[in-house]
Amino acid sequence: MNILVCIKQVPAKDAPLAIAGNWIKESDIGFEMNEPDSYALEEALRLKEKHGGEVIALSLGPERVKQTIKEALAKGADRGIHIADDNFAQLDPLGTAKVIAAAIAKEKVDLVLTGLQSDDHGFGQTGVLLAALLNLPHATLIMQIDVQEAKMKLKRELEAGWFQWIECPLPAVLTIQSGINKVRYATLKGIMAAKKKEIAALTRESLGVTVEPTQKIEKIYVPTKSKKTEFLTGTPKEAAAKLVEKLKFEARVI
Amino acid sequence: MKILVIAEQRQGKWNNTSFETLVAAQQIAAVSSATVSALVIGKGVASLAAELATKNVAEVLLVENDLLDSYTPDGYCAALKQVIESAKPDLVLFPHTYQVRDFAPKLAAMLGKGMVGDCVGFRSEGGKLVFVRQMFQGKTAADVTFTGTAPWFVSFQSGAFRADQLAGHPGGKAPVNVVAVSVNAADIRTKPLDLFKEAKSAVDLTQAPLIVSIGRGIKAPENIAQAEALAKAMGAELAASRPICDEGWLPMERQIGSSGQTVAPKLYLALGISGAIQHVVGMKGARTIVAVNKDQNAPIFEIADYGIVADIFEIMPALTEELQKAKG
Repeated sequence: MNILVCIKQVPAKDAPLAIAGNWIKESDIGFEMNEPDSYALEEALRLKEKHGGEVIALSLGPERVKQTIKEALAKGADRGIHIADDNFAQLDPLGTAKVIAAAIAKEKVDLVLTGLQSDDHGFGQTGVLLAALLNLPHATLIMQIDVQEAKMKLKRELEAGWFQWIECPLPAVLTIQSGINKVRYATLKGIMAAKKKEIAALTRESLGVTVEPTQKIEKIYVPTKSKKTEFLTGTPKEAAAKLVEKLKFEARVI
Repeated sequence: MKILVIAEQRQGKWNNTSFETLVAAQQIAAVSSATVSALVIGKGVASLAAELATKNVAEVLLVENDLLDSYTPDGYCAALKQVIESAKPDLVLFPHTYQVRDFAPKLAAMLGKGMVGDCVGFRSEGGKLVFVRQMFQGKTAADVTFTGTAPWFVSFQSGAFRADQLAGHPGGKAPVNVVAVSVNAADIRTKPLDLFKEAKSAVDLTQAPLIVSIGRGIKAPENIAQAEALAKAMGAELAASRPICDEGWLPMERQIGSSGQTVAPKLYLALGISGAIQHVVGMKGARTIVAVNKDQNAPIFEIADYGIVADIFEIMPALTEELQKAKG
């Protein structure tokens, strides 16, 4: 079973963000694998361990994203695909999916996995759009995958605690819900082995993809507050005492 | 301009975010001299269409087919593509539900169009609609406009508009128009099976008047005892954001957010929770929100009534002690 996993590199969770137009200043901040994608990668590795085949880790973005591909290789992916693109942040969801779909179309894969959304743009559309563009069946927010011959039985998360079993033929595209598994760490042996693994280099141009944006992010900004927050200051003890006072006599909730 | 709202039902029951989206449509219509139509899709849903017709809409489109009884992305996309091609709306609005996330981007792509998903608001600027969504987990907002020609596809986040502002039909009832669609069984590639809930949860957080909730800031499972002690001193239930339950540090039944429970307690104390949108939709209805976070720019402070910018590991024991003192 050959599985291609789409992984994105995003600003580290605690990175201080400095806004620049409709994106952020990339200098001086750390980047990491988009957390929802790390669950998709883990699921791909587990399926490979069970059913054989290879895992391909694909990432679109500037030179820096190679580090995240290397991390995937160190965890056990067999090879990487880097679609080099310094302007990835200006692609809309459909454009992003068109570029990635063109790269996937060159591969023979049974399953394409993505995380449910990215922690930067947060479009949450790439997996579904890949399925549309590659004309593959899809399912989203998957919490369990049981492969049975040429089809899968999937546990899909719905809202408010509901789930649904669905059957989906292979090949297919699935977006993975966070929490489906426990993500592994790379071992030293894995990191060493990764050095010998191949990362193919592609570009929009080499793939022959031209994109026409359907939407434009005009600007990004710190959101305006919907409530006025009263900040309580002082030592932890003072702040705690003030809070108890407020909750008791002002908000009257305790 | 024509606005079409795709309302959502499952097994004959509304997803109530549909009505919030209808309010969004009415508000957009008010500033852009547009008409609003609403659509319901499924099988045996004529009574739901009749209910939509009592709202202030120009018409209700009723799309029924045996193959639309259970939701499938292939079935819904095939049917809705035909409706959009014939009804020719300029703006197609969806509630941003799990189901919409599953099919709406594909539907838009089948028509060669894009979708702006998970919006929290809109503005009209010089006749152009600007949609506001969140990026970087709620740390920034983004103004997004469509380029290219209609139809444009937009989904609105749960809670972005208030369903109680929904206007009724001034003349009593809007017409319900049946739209025939052809759907082929062979085109539906996934097969929906049983719907189910996991083992019934022992705790019903929706009924808890006081909730102490922990996020990533708790750092390690062994630190949860401190939050438990605080919850106990307050007489509150302990809850968490999704990452904590994903890690298995607390059971899933204690998760607050879009994939967990939606609560509206008297008091919600968020400890080390950044305030990602998926969490906030589950708790923003709380009467009083207190946030403790060491990052003063954490989005949780945007909705907090009281905030303490500090290390939760310093605040938790101090607050536990003060609560015990206050009880005497």
